[in-house]
Amino acid sequence: MTGSIAAIGAGLAVIGAGIGIGQIGGHAMDAIARQPEATSKIQTAMIIAAALVEGVALFGVVVALMSK
Amino acid sequence: MTSKINTYKRFTSIFILIFSLFIGVSNNLSASEPQEDTIEHGHSAETAVAAHDAHGQDAHEANGPIDISAIAIEHVSDSHSWHFWGEGHDAVAAPLPVILKGNNGIVFFMSSEFHHDNEGKTIVEKNRERFVMFEEKVYYANETPNEYGQYVTLTAKDKEVSVSNAAPLDFSITKNVTQMFISVIVIMWIFMSIAKAYKTQGVTSAPRGKQSFFEPLILFVRDDIAKGNIGHGYEKFVPYLLTVFFMILINNVFGMIPIGANLTGNIAFTLVLSVATMIVTNINGNKNYWSHIFLPHAPKAIWPILIPIEVVGILTKPFALMMRLFANMTAGHIIIISLVGLIFVFKTIYIAPVSVAFALFIDVLECLVAFLQAYVFTMLTALFIGSAVADHNEDGAHSTDDDHATAGH
Repeated sequence: MTGSIAAIGAGLAVIGAGIGIGQIGGHAMDAIARQPEATSKIQTAMIIAAALVEGVALFGVVVALMSK
Repeated sequence: MTSKINTYKRFTSIFILIFSLFIGVSNNLSASEPQEDTIEHGHSAETAVAAHDAHGQDAHEANGPIDISAIAIEHVSDSHSWHFWGEGHDAVAAPLPVILKGNNGIVFFMSSEFHHDNEGKTIVEKNRERFVMFEEKVYYANETPNEYGQYVTLTAKDKEVSVSNAAPLDFSITKNVTQMFISVIVIMWIFMSIAKAYKTQGVTSAPRGKQSFFEPLILFVRDDIAKGNIGHGYEKFVPYLLTVFFMILINNVFGMIPIGANLTGNIAFTLVLSVATMIVTNINGNKNYWSHIFLPHAPKAIWPILIPIEVVGILTKPFALMMRLFANMTAGHIIIISLVGLIFVFKTIYIAPVSVAFALFIDVLECLVAFLQAYVFTMLTALFIGSAVADHNEDGAHSTDDDHATAGH
């Protein structure tokens, strides 16, 4: 088995990002389905939240890269 | 209209002139590469050093499996010369100034004097001091070379090679610094011509040219980001927010084109931006802001926990800004380089459609990420500034205070 523990750590961090952004997207879809006229506001808030969650996941990836 | 075409032509011709000067000078100055010996060793530490000795060759030549991660890291890192295309001896690269503060004073020379050497084998002697470059860092050279002809002392540990030589202070104009100058010139050109257009035509006529592209962005930053998050007194901060937004956006875009340098993926650059945000936020903090940090509205029993958290929060918020931008940009560039590098790993042209399709998809995503990261950085900066200058009445946590005698809050 090749690779390092750092790569496994990075993969786990990305799982967190995937779950988080998936939840954000899913709830945004529900909200848009309930109230289509608020689509643009919901979309903006969704993109912002997704960027913040992705930032946190990338902290983990950067730590994994640095430790290698 | 003709005057605009003339200035555009003049600008382009000056740019081409400087560009060709660099290439011409670099081709004249670059001599042949120092000869590399491939040395076989049984000991792991020495193979690590030997691997680093032949590191430059390994990453670029098809002797063994190609090291894509080394190529990717090399592309997103800073360097003392601007490499355009080609490998080894035929590389077309523009040399950049190297400015060092050694023990005998400041020395200045072009990086072409190292002759593309990244393994510490070529010595440059200036001001009675000998300098050598290893992995794009300049060190003081040793008196005698080691067994591979390198003038640096290397210690290998788990495939990581570290240098124990002393280094002078490095103030060079590296690739990233040059990229910063270029994007500053581009931003100044764009905004000064837009400002002149507003001055000559006024704000009531329809925008033309660059104006029509940038005006929605500028208004977006001013109205949605600044006014939305700062509220009252936002005009003072709009210049800083616009600067941050366009600096990040333009540098992200430059980082994505093949000939650009990866400036926003350089942690020193994002550090400076976030320190600037921290300074702007804390200098403009009013009594409310500081009282929320040092005298929070919470039961006094948890103050010993809450106050350190709040104080550390002054530092962690800009730290998060820095890491978010750096990690997003670097990760994106490494992904694109790895996808295109698949062609070289598999050594066949038939993987190219898959590779290019993936790389195209990721490139489109990167365009979105470039804009999004600029937006998120600017929005969070505006949010922090807004919390620093917020008035007493706008805060919901004060709803149980005695000062609010009237209804409506």
